[in-house]
Amino acid sequence: MDREYETVIGLEVHVELATRTKIFCGCSTAFGAAPNAHTCPVCTGMPGALPVLNRKVLEHAVAVGLATHCEITRYCKFDRKNYFYPDNPQNYQISQLYLPICRNGYVEIGTSQGTKKVGIHEIHMEEDAGKLLHDDWEDVSLVDYNRSGVPLIEIVSEPDMRSAQEVIAYLEKLRLIIRYLGASDCKLQEGSMRADVNLSVRKVGAKEYGIRTEMKNLGSFRAISRAIEGECKRQIDLLESGERVIQETRRWDETKETSYAMRSKEDARDYRYFPDPDLVPVRISDAFLEEIAGRQPEFRTEKMQRYKTEFDIPDYDIEIITSSRHMADLFEETVACGAAPKKVSNWLMVETLRLLKEKGLDPEDIRFSPAHLASLIALAESRVINSTVAKEVFEVLFEEDVDPESYVEEKGLKMVSNESALLETVKEVLAANPKSVEDYRGGKEKAMGFLVGQTMKAMKGKADPGAVGKLLKELL
Amino acid sequence: MANRISDDIIEYVGILAKLELSGQEREQARRDMEEMLCYIDKLNELDTSGVEPMSHVFQVQNVFREDVVTNGDGGQETLCNAPEQKDGMFVVPKTFV
Amino acid sequence: MEMGFATAVELATAIQQGKTTAVEAMEAVLARIGETEELYNCYVTVDRERALQKAEAVQKRIQAGEPAGPLAGVPVAIKDNLHVAGLPTTCSSRILASYRPTFSAEAVRRLEQAGAVVVGKTNMDEFAMGSTTETSAWGVTRNPWNPGHVPGGSSGGSAAAVAAGECFLALGSDTGGSVRQPASHCGVVGMKPTYGTVSRYGLVAYGSSLDQVGPLARTVEDCAAVLEVIAARDEKDSTSLAREDTDFTKALVQDVQGMRIGIPRDYFGQGLDEEVKEAVLEAAALLGQQGALVEEFDLDLVDYAVPAYYTIAAAEASSNLERFDGVKYGYRAAEAEELHQMYKRTRSRGFGPEVKRRIMLGSFVLSAGYYDAYYLKALKVKAMIKAAFDQAFARYDCIVSPVAPTTAPGLGESLQDPLRMYLGDIYTVSANLAGLPAISLPCGVDQKGLPIGLQLMGDCFQEKKLLRVAYTYGQLTQDKMPAGIPGQFVQGAKTVSCPKDQIEKAAVAEAHAPGKGGM
Repeated sequence: MDREYETVIGLEVHVELATRTKIFCGCSTAFGAAPNAHTCPVCTGMPGALPVLNRKVLEHAVAVGLATHCEITRYCKFDRKNYFYPDNPQNYQISQLYLPICRNGYVEIGTSQGTKKVGIHEIHMEEDAGKLLHDDWEDVSLVDYNRSGVPLIEIVSEPDMRSAQEVIAYLEKLRLIIRYLGASDCKLQEGSMRADVNLSVRKVGAKEYGIRTEMKNLGSFRAISRAIEGECKRQIDLLESGERVIQETRRWDETKETSYAMRSKEDARDYRYFPDPDLVPVRISDAFLEEIAGRQPEFRTEKMQRYKTEFDIPDYDIEIITSSRHMADLFEETVACGAAPKKVSNWLMVETLRLLKEKGLDPEDIRFSPAHLASLIALAESRVINSTVAKEVFEVLFEEDVDPESYVEEKGLKMVSNESALLETVKEVLAANPKSVEDYRGGKEKAMGFLVGQTMKAMKGKADPGAVGKLLKELL
Repeated sequence: MANRISDDIIEYVGILAKLELSGQEREQARRDMEEMLCYIDKLNELDTSGVEPMSHVFQVQNVFREDVVTNGDGGQETLCNAPEQKDGMFVVPKTFV
Repeated sequence: MEMGFATAVELATAIQQGKTTAVEAMEAVLARIGETEELYNCYVTVDRERALQKAEAVQKRIQAGEPAGPLAGVPVAIKDNLHVAGLPTTCSSRILASYRPTFSAEAVRRLEQAGAVVVGKTNMDEFAMGSTTETSAWGVTRNPWNPGHVPGGSSGGSAAAVAAGECFLALGSDTGGSVRQPASHCGVVGMKPTYGTVSRYGLVAYGSSLDQVGPLARTVEDCAAVLEVIAARDEKDSTSLAREDTDFTKALVQDVQGMRIGIPRDYFGQGLDEEVKEAVLEAAALLGQQGALVEEFDLDLVDYAVPAYYTIAAAEASSNLERFDGVKYGYRAAEAEELHQMYKRTRSRGFGPEVKRRIMLGSFVLSAGYYDAYYLKALKVKAMIKAAFDQAFARYDCIVSPVAPTTAPGLGESLQDPLRMYLGDIYTVSANLAGLPAISLPCGVDQKGLPIGLQLMGDCFQEKKLLRVAYTYGQLTQDKMPAGIPGQFVQGAKTVSCPKDQIEKAAVAEAHAPGKGGM
C-alpha cells in the first residue's frame, strides 16, 4: 500500500445471540424450518401485535459488555429505526440509538508492534431482518421472516484499526470472547457474525479523518481482507487523481472481488429514530450486574495462566486448547475423568485437530463427550487396545460419540498379548516368510519389523506389538 | 414563518413516508403542514430548558419474557392475508438488480 | 321485555334469571340494526350468523349452569381497530379492506370470556384519525340524535350504536378523546382509563404512548362493569400495568360528600359554546349541592396540550402506519414493477387525506434536523403538562370540564378546516398526554336537541373516584337525562327534519363496506 497514506478502519459487527427464542416474541430461532414457519404476528409486523423483551438477550448483551470493558448503561431504552424494506416487516427496526446498553469499552489485540487496544464505542441490542430470496424466473423477490426478530447485538468499534490484519485480529478476539461467553457461535459463513467495514484514508500524520465509506456483505475473513485492500486502493486512487471520496455504502461482490455503491433516491438514510413507545425502559440494578458478572467464565488469558501451573503440558498445547472454550472445557473435563493431562492434550492436538481440519469443522463443533475420551485413553493406557485400534475407535468416537468400552467389546478389538493366543499366528508367519527369517538370523534387524508387521496384519491389528516382538525373538 | 415548507421538503418527506402526492395534493399538503407547524411553534413560547423529555408516562421498567419457545408453526397464519405468495413466502417486486 | 330500554347490567341479570335469553337479546339488537342501520351506518361489519351462534353458545352455558360471566349474553359492538378473530379489521381504511386478523384483541377476548357477544365492528375515523367519523373510507356515521350531524369521533360508530340501541355496550379506543368526545356527542357514557390499564394487544396502534381502549355504555354502571372485565395486566403488552383496584363496580356509590372538585378557569374561556358552558357549570353546582367542595382554579399550560399532542401523535402514527405497505396484508397497488413505486402507490391510494396529512407531519417532525425542535420539544412539554396535573391533583379529587367546545357539528362542517377540528380536542388530549383516567357523561341537551357532555378527569389510577362522582351525578339526573334510554334517542332522531329519503349515503360505503349484510 502507498506509504504516504494511512488507512483508518472502524467496524460494525452484528452478532446473532444464542437464544432459544426471538428478541420480542416466543418464536424459535432454530435454523432449517420451512419458510415463515417460525413466525407470529409480532415478528411479521401484523397490526395490533406488540413486542416484549426476551430477558436472555439483555443478559447476553451485558455479559459481552462486561467482557469488553464497557460501561453498562443503567437506564436504557429501545428506539425505532424507520426505513422501508421488505425484509423489515414493520418497516422500522427496533434498535437502540439514544441509550445503548454498553458504551466505551475496548478489546486488546496482538499486532506486529505488540498489544493494541481497539476501542468499542457502543454495543446495542436490536432485531434481525428477514431473508430475501430472488426468484430469477419470475423476476420477483420472495420474503421469509424466519430470521426476522432473531436477537442481535451490534458492536460498534472506534476507528482504531489501521490494517486488514488488525481487523482480522479484532474480529478473532471478539469471536473468542463471545464464544467463551456462550453468547453466540459467531459463524461468519452462516451469518451469525457479520462485519461492516467503515474505512477512510488520510495522509500519514494528518489529524483529520478522511471521508469514509461503509462496506457491506462481507461473508468471510478472506472477503474482509480483500475488501479492505480493494477499498483502500480505490480511495487512494481517487485522491491521487484529484477526485473526492463520497460518503456512501458500498456492497462487496465476493466473486468479482470488487465493490459497488448502493445508491438510490429512495434511500434517504434518515431513520427518524425515536423511543419505541411499545417497550418500557430497562433499569439495570446492582444485583443484576453482579449476577451477570458472577456468571462470567474464566477467559483465555486467565485460563492459560492456570493451565501453566495446573497441568504439565507444553505452552503450545495450552495456546491451541484455550483458543476455544469448548475445547478447553473438554480438556479439563476429560482430565477430571481421570485421564492424564498430557495424554488428553495429545488426543486433542493431534487426532482431533486432524479430523476437524479434514471435515472442515470448527472446535465448537466437537460433539464427543469427555467421559468417552477419558475411557478411550484408559483403554489405550491399560493396553486393552493397541494404539492403532485406539485411533480407529477415536474416529468413530469423533463421529458418533460411542462408548469406547462397549464398542471395543462389541467389535472384539481388544489387544491380544497372551503368548499362547499369539503363538499359532507367529508360527504361521515365520513359516510363510523363510527369507525374512534368514535375513534376521543373518543380522538384518529390519527384518524383525517386517515380521512384526505381518503378524499384526494377520491378527487384524489387535495384537500387542511388544508381545509379538518378544515371541518372535524367542522363536528365532 | 410562511413558506418554510418548500416543494423539496414535501418531496423529501414523501420519500421518507412512501407517499406520492399529485400536484394538487402536494400543494394542499404543503399548506397544511405549514399551518400545523406554525401552530406547533406555539410550544416555543415555553422555556423547556432542564426539562427531561417524557417518552413514557409511567416509570414502568424491566418487563421481560423468559426465553421459552411458545409459538408453533405460524406459517399458514402469517401468509393468510398475503396479497401475493409463492412457496410459502411473500412475493414483492425484485429488491435489487 | 322491551330490549331497547334495558341497560347492559339489567339485561345480564334478566338473562341470568331466565327472564330472557342471550339469543333473544341478540335477535332484538339485530332487528334494531335492521331498522336503523341503513340510516346511521354505525357498523362496518355485522356478522349475524356468527353473533347468533355465539349467543346460543353462551345461552347453553347458562342453561347448563356453567359460569357464563358477568356480561353473559350482552351484545357488544367493537370498534374496527380492535381485532375480533373471524371478523375483518379495516380501521375504516381502504388499505386494510381485505384484512382478517388471526387473533382477537386482549380486551375483546376478556369481554367474550365474560360472556359478552360481539355483534359486529363499528365505523370510525380512518385509523382513528379524526373527530367526526367522516374520514372513514366506508362513509359517515350519523348521529342518532340528529342524522344531519356527526356522531363525533373517532369512535363514532361505537357511540352511535350504543345511542341507537344497535348494541348494549361498545368498545372504542381513545388517543386524544376518541371515546369521550363521541360519547358526549351521542349522549352516552364513555371512559378512557389510566394508560396501561387495558391491554393494547390487538388494538391497531395510532399513537402508542397515548392509545387506550375504553368502554362506551348507556350508564355509568354499565361502563364500570365493562371496565372491570377488560382491565388487567397482559403479558403480551409491555406497557400494561398490574393493578389490584380493578373492582370498579364497588365504586358505584351515591356520595360525593367532601370530595374536592376543581374547575379549571382556563377551560371555560374563548371558543366554548355558551350552552355547553352553562350545562357543565350547572352540573358542577349540582355536585356542590351534594356536599362536594367545588372551586375554580388555574390549570397551567392549557393552550399547549393540543400542539404537543398533535406532534407526538403524528410522529408515532407515521411510524406505526409504516407496516401498511402492500407486502404482508391488505391492499396492494397492482401494476407497480419497482419496489418503491409499489410502496408509494399502495400507500397513496390506500390511505385517505387525513391519514396522509398526519403521516407527512409525523415523518417531518422526526426527520433529521427537526427532531429536537419539534418531537423532543413536544416530549418536554408533555412532561410539563403532566407536572401541572400532578399539582392540580394534589388539591383536587377530580377536575370537571366540558368534553368538547360545542355539541356535535353538522355533517361536512369540520373537515374543511383541519386545524379548527384539532382545536376541538382541547379538553380531551391532556388526559392522554398525562396518562390520566377521564370519563364523559351526558349533562344536558342544547337548543338544537343535541347532547352535551361533562368530563371528569382524575389522577392516575383514580378511576374509582371518577366513577363515584359520575354515578352520583347520573343518579341525581336520571329522570332528566336521556342516557340509558335509547328508545328516546331514536324518537329524538326521527323527529328532526331530516327525512330518510333525502339522505344520500356515501356511495363508497355501499361499494366498499367489507362485510355488511352479506355475511
